[in-house]
Amino acid sequence: MLDLLIVDIAATLRGRRFFITGGTGFLGTALIERILRSIPESEVVLLIRPGRRSTALDRAMKEIVRNDCFDRLRAELGDTFAEQMAARIRAVPGDVTQDCLGLGPDGIAEMAGCDTIIHSAAAVAFDSPLDQAIEINLLGPSRVADAVAAARVHAASLGVAGPRHMIAISTCYVASTFQGEAKEHLLGDHRFDVDVDWHQEVMSARRLRQDYEAQSRLSPTQDEFVVRATQELGSAGSHVIAIRAEKLRQEWIKDKLVTAGTTRSQALGWPDAYPYTKALGERALVENYGPNSKSPLPISIVRPSIIESALAEPAPGWIRGFRMAEPIIVSYARGLLKEFPGVPEGIVDVIPVDMVVADVIAVAAKGPEQDVAVYQIASGVRNPLRYGRLVELVEGWFTANPLYDDQGQPISVPAWNFPGRGRVQRQLKRATAGIDALEKVLGALPLRGERADIGAQLEERNVIAKRALGYVELYGAYTETDARYRIDRSLALYAEMTEESRATFALDPADIDWKHYVCDTHLPSVVKHARVRTSPGKPVMADRADRSRANVLSPDRQLAVFDLENTLMASNVVDTYAWLASRHLPLSARTAFVADLVRQGPQLLALDRRDRGDFLRSFYLKYQGARVDQIRSDSWQLFHEQLMLRSFPAGIARVREHRRLGHRTLLITGALDLIIEPLAPLFDDVICASLGENNGRLTGRMEYLPPIGEARANVLEDYAHEHGISLDETVAYADGTSDLAMLEAVGFPVAVNPESRLALIARKRGWLVEHWSRAEGGSSRLLPLGPFDTIRPGGAWRMTRSVR
Amino acid sequence: MSPRPGFVLETDRSTPPTLMWKGESFGLQKLPTGSRIIYAPEPFDALRDPEGAIRHALENPTGDSGPLSALLTSGMKLTICFDDISLPLPPMVAPDIRQMVIEAVLDQAASAGVEDVVLIAALALHRRMTESELRHALGDRVYDAFAPHGQLLQHDAEDPENLLFIGETAHGEEVEINKRAAESDLLIYVNINLVAMDGGHKSVATGLASYRSLRHHHNPKTMTHSKSFMHAPSSELHSANWRMGQLIKDAGIKIFQIETTLNTDTFPANFSFLQKREWEWTLKDRLSFAATSRALDLAPRKMARNIFHGIKAPHALRSVYAGEVEAVHEKILDDVWAQQGVSVEGQTDIVTMGLPYISPYNVNSILNPILVACLGLGYFFNMYRGKPVVREGGVAIMFHPTSPEFHPGHHPSYIDFFEQVLTQTTDPEVMHKEFEHAFATDPWYIHLYRTGHAYHGVHPFYMWYWCSHAMQHLGRVIIVGGDPKTVRRMGFHPASTLDDALEMAKDVVGPSPSLTHLHNPPLFMADVS
Repeated sequence: MLDLLIVDIAATLRGRRFFITGGTGFLGTALIERILRSIPESEVVLLIRPGRRSTALDRAMKEIVRNDCFDRLRAELGDTFAEQMAARIRAVPGDVTQDCLGLGPDGIAEMAGCDTIIHSAAAVAFDSPLDQAIEINLLGPSRVADAVAAARVHAASLGVAGPRHMIAISTCYVASTFQGEAKEHLLGDHRFDVDVDWHQEVMSARRLRQDYEAQSRLSPTQDEFVVRATQELGSAGSHVIAIRAEKLRQEWIKDKLVTAGTTRSQALGWPDAYPYTKALGERALVENYGPNSKSPLPISIVRPSIIESALAEPAPGWIRGFRMAEPIIVSYARGLLKEFPGVPEGIVDVIPVDMVVADVIAVAAKGPEQDVAVYQIASGVRNPLRYGRLVELVEGWFTANPLYDDQGQPISVPAWNFPGRGRVQRQLKRATAGIDALEKVLGALPLRGERADIGAQLEERNVIAKRALGYVELYGAYTETDARYRIDRSLALYAEMTEESRATFALDPADIDWKHYVCDTHLPSVVKHARVRTSPGKPVMADRADRSRANVLSPDRQLAVFDLENTLMASNVVDTYAWLASRHLPLSARTAFVADLVRQGPQLLALDRRDRGDFLRSFYLKYQGARVDQIRSDSWQLFHEQLMLRSFPAGIARVREHRRLGHRTLLITGALDLIIEPLAPLFDDVICASLGENNGRLTGRMEYLPPIGEARANVLEDYAHEHGISLDETVAYADGTSDLAMLEAVGFPVAVNPESRLALIARKRGWLVEHWSRAEGGSSRLLPLGPFDTIRPGGAWRMTRSVR
Repeated sequence: MSPRPGFVLETDRSTPPTLMWKGESFGLQKLPTGSRIIYAPEPFDALRDPEGAIRHALENPTGDSGPLSALLTSGMKLTICFDDISLPLPPMVAPDIRQMVIEAVLDQAASAGVEDVVLIAALALHRRMTESELRHALGDRVYDAFAPHGQLLQHDAEDPENLLFIGETAHGEEVEINKRAAESDLLIYVNINLVAMDGGHKSVATGLASYRSLRHHHNPKTMTHSKSFMHAPSSELHSANWRMGQLIKDAGIKIFQIETTLNTDTFPANFSFLQKREWEWTLKDRLSFAATSRALDLAPRKMARNIFHGIKAPHALRSVYAGEVEAVHEKILDDVWAQQGVSVEGQTDIVTMGLPYISPYNVNSILNPILVACLGLGYFFNMYRGKPVVREGGVAIMFHPTSPEFHPGHHPSYIDFFEQVLTQTTDPEVMHKEFEHAFATDPWYIHLYRTGHAYHGVHPFYMWYWCSHAMQHLGRVIIVGGDPKTVRRMGFHPASTLDDALEMAKDVVGPSPSLTHLHNPPLFMADVS
């Protein structure tokens, strides 16, 4: 062992400049932090896709440096932190899905000034569409290598060294799910490997996207999106429905491509698109830039297994994002996932992120080799965590530290039976199918307010169940795998390190005490990140509602706009018509009047559902011939004696609260101006419908387009513009999807007593939901008729025209 | 047979359970042996010839005043003001006493050739009356003669155009009243004295005043210094009104005051058991009681409410005086005391009261929780002269469901008061300082008060101030059968039975407390020695 080289990593890498892709990811963030903290005078250049409104550097500072990963470094550096970060971090805009990473000459020059290139960007999500996974995972490494090659040429032209080493992060699972030992070899060396032409895979995936794009635009597929959007949103208006239908179309394409990815991967022996594209990505890289290629590059490949929260660096339990095992663990702890497939003696190959980081840095210190060197970093061989053991630890921990449900009751975790994957999948599928069906039924029922909320809760469960199903489908294969990933080369690196470097860059999985890691490090961190209830007491939901209510009532808001019917009072145009029309009807005519109205009920309802504008147009014709002065004076009585009794006091109080806060208030309603005159003083402004007049009588025809449905959004926009108000600072209150356009147009939408479809939407989008009701003691008469009086006879004006 | 006076019954083992009002229902309640029950005097007999009595009063004025006929001259501006829907309780069977008096006045005005006559309902900050309520109070003949021509008005305390600032009293109290009334050659006020606080200068100085004027005596300070406000000499409320009345008089406003008292005949024949002494119930009374209370328990709340608010009291005119305000009022007070006074010896540790469905502020409406408090602690508690029936630090136990029900048309500001003020404080002083102004000047409440049938925005505060004296005096207030959340929000204690309530009371007043029950209605005033 005399020839053993003792490597001091910090000293070897001192002053190096690293070029890193995927910096905003879990591994990337940890890697950057570690390099900056543990390697003196090191610098990083980050390839980052600029955001819509932010530059690459903005994103780097915001999404990486501000992450709690940097807390330790921030504390260590104290006041010089910001200054040092600014000096040591640079960002170049670019994108791994573009040729040569989308780098211009400046970007290439920037890369030319780096020593080590670490490619960590990947599409790790289980639901990445096939073509996206191909672009990022398969072509990404070669594109990085293209850029490296260009940077080396550029560097040579300047007479400097240029990039000396490229490290591509891959995954152990490229070895597919076969059983047995998976060595640190390049793919293609193994006897079981299927010979796949990656060029063909790329072309097919791109072609597939084109095919689905085309198909989605053709009948009947295209029609179906419109039908589904209409089902979801009701009479929200053609524009809103068009937007939703287009979104559904894009989702459909994505779904198709996700399925295509899984299908293709499994056909070739990989559990899903991630390892499949990663594997082909390795192959493409070696083919393009390996030792046998035309222009070989110094390349190493690091393959981690399932990366989980940090063992010690930068802090025990540090994790970024909601990762692989976490949703499953949380679903289980919340009692949603009763079973998860797996064999008790199977190995769950988990590796803490800091060990992966240490391995990557050790590889960087070691430098490239003649051939493409492959390093694996996994725990399965050296210190296996059996699936049965993991379950035991998780179960025990959640029994001692239960999560709490909405009522503040602890949730007891189900006993795990180690069922087969098929059974769990079937169970979950049945559950989601049941919820889907129930949801459809609920959506079709005319539910409102708190009852409609049940539908929304159901939807939330559905999302969780579907997510769990996705994980079972995806990760089930991983728990059943029996491949053993050798890590001899990584351990060899470790053996070559100085004592000090070993302490700083610990990467030996044998050091992991699984009980300690699972119970004291990982689970507390998972629970913290999952934002679940860990103590009894006041429900989290209420807090959230209180918070958004405070936002709605912030003095910064400028305008509060209200719908009328079912938002501020339980009335509608039919009610008010019935009252006004019967106001002066003799008793003898009332029965016939009611019968007539009831007979028209279903027709009216159907028309209203189809198109609110058409409904009002035809319904208001009933006012034809009514005396304007009489309607006006009766309306005051109607308001005080009937509508006030059907009003929602909390809603009325809210309007006034907005006014007190200095917000402008606006009522937008399809009700008639004459009828809501008594309500007008409640608001700063009113926009409503109006009927024409002729010789002191109403014509029954509307003067202008009524402010309903989509038109409301436009009217509101005009109004805001006219008054110099920002819609972002506007609050809108409405009860139905017909107001969706208006709700979407403002910064602070509030669903009041939402009908089921709106309840669903509100819940999904996190909108404030208010349940306002009539005062106890208010009126709840179904069809209120005007008071009968004999004093002023002969005033009845009811017309018998029925709905067209 | 002349009516029997009121008296105090001491219960023994043979005393039958007593009638207990619980809002829109009632039941029989056994009181602990040794409790006292105060019964009202029986209703006095009706005057044989009320029309004649009215005519007589108008022509034979009391105090320093000429007869009405001498005050009426052709070409004069005459305004007749009358008490609103809050009186009498329950509303009386037609013809209403106001109709009878006003018709007599109008006859004389017509024969004197007076043409400029306006009627004004003296609402103060109460809700505007509906057409049918006005018709009931005035009769169709008067209504149809005046209303269509805009000569029947309801006082609007928020109409700056129609208010006149009279001046300030020596105490700095601003006096601002209805302009038409103030600028008339003669202002005739037609009053009903149901309880001893009604009438006198309060009729004009309060009934026709604005918020600016009313706030000087409708506040916690005045109310805690009125012990009780039903007893003029001990009432700061009375003193303030008298100072204002003097100012009005000094300003040259000529008032011809007509005050009336009614007997306490409160319930019609089919409900007459409600005002009888329980041991005198006939078989028919027992059956009526059983049938009625069962039906009320079964009926939906709204139906029960409609039944009760349909009750018209067979009140009859007992006395009528007209002329100079103070002289008339003095005579009327004697009559009120004669009808309602009951001598009670000594105070009690615990007072119990069953609260009926009606108070001055919920005729044809809902007795909401704030009005429940006001009826018990504002009205019943204050129906005393000398000392309160219950000792200082004692306990009041009231029976009422106290559900959080409000009439959104009549009491909109009460709803917000309940949600926004009572959730923050129950202290009259604190709410007076921190919340009153915002409610009193809220444009929406003013809009509803002026155009609809809503009580003024500040009204719930006044109702709470009405309770100030009782809340200061009592050690605890318990509501039996009250909705626990609502009762607690008001700072009171809910109990499900009288036994529970008594146990809770003992924590405050000690073991073996004395108990006195106010058997009310019919109304009575306790003269506590």
